[in-house]
Amino acid sequence: MSEVIVVTSGKGGVGKTTTTANVGTGLAAMGKKVILIDTDIGLRNLDVVMGLENRIVYNLVDVVEGNCRIKQAIIRDKRYPTLFLLPSAQTRDKTAVNPAQMVKMISHLKDQFDYIILDCPAGIEQGFQNAIAGADRALVVTTPEVSAIRDADRIIGLLEANEIHRLDLIINRIRYDMIRRGDMMSSEDVVDILSLPLIGLVPDDENVVIATNQGEPLVGNGTLAGRAYQNICNRLLGRDVPFLNLEKGISFWARVSGIFHKN
Amino acid sequence: MFKHIFKRKSSREIAKDRLKILLISDRVNCSPEMMEMIKHDIAKVISKYMKIDTKSMEIQITKTGSRGLGAKRPALCANIPILDLHHDVL
Repeated sequence: MSEVIVVTSGKGGVGKTTTTANVGTGLAAMGKKVILIDTDIGLRNLDVVMGLENRIVYNLVDVVEGNCRIKQAIIRDKRYPTLFLLPSAQTRDKTAVNPAQMVKMISHLKDQFDYIILDCPAGIEQGFQNAIAGADRALVVTTPEVSAIRDADRIIGLLEANEIHRLDLIINRIRYDMIRRGDMMSSEDVVDILSLPLIGLVPDDENVVIATNQGEPLVGNGTLAGRAYQNICNRLLGRDVPFLNLEKGISFWARVSGIFHKN
Repeated sequence: MFKHIFKRKSSREIAKDRLKILLISDRVNCSPEMMEMIKHDIAKVISKYMKIDTKSMEIQITKTGSRGLGAKRPALCANIPILDLHHDVL
């Protein structure tokens, strides 16, 4: 049984690639055989987030065009033996691949992997169509901001129009100090607006930047974001995990300095 | 001073209100102006038969049923407070 998941958002910079890297790593750490596919042709990034940029020989476009066998393009992760990456091409553009080719390639991978996770590019053009073509379900990533939510709503409409009906919402970069002040929409507000089932709440955590600097996913480590991604993986496996009480995650000192910063 | 404390809407509420209006027009590809015109026309028709509160009536495009459960269609929902049912015009 193989599941094809597309990670998408519409808007750029909300955390699709970080989510893909961490969810994929988390599932592999739990013993699943996982392949991550970067579908952002021309602007590849999943390889650097995973710390695998030095190992790329062939890429997605080479596979589709028949320049290499699919096995030659797939890179094994340095930490988990059941985690693999199919990188995107950096020197081509999104029209180098079409949705039919993606569907064909994914069907070849289906019997070899438990999870195929596609990192979707921003936007709603051909790159998006390529990424969703073979997907069974989608993780819609958004942040509690007007622009990201608006784009997510548009993406949800397009996914449904493309017959993808298993959609789950991840709200990223939540700042609980701002929610408390009434300056950020809460997760309830976002769920109310988008009416999708919630699968993850990820706090705005500076450890994400640190992990990306190092090319190390942070899923499963002690950080708040790492724990949040771990929970998403468990929920994907069908386990009922309560959402983190992130109010508690804010340190005493953050609270104290919060008091002094309130004018 | 008191005005400032009691009347200021939080930016969270502003964001939520803006989004709700924005997404209605995004979802159906119809502008807020057109929604206003539809609202005006509905009010005109209903007013022929009963007395309604045109100031507080609301119309909204929603999706019936929850998402992820297969086919659903957008629906126009109107909330029209009736002031007087026995508004005999006929």
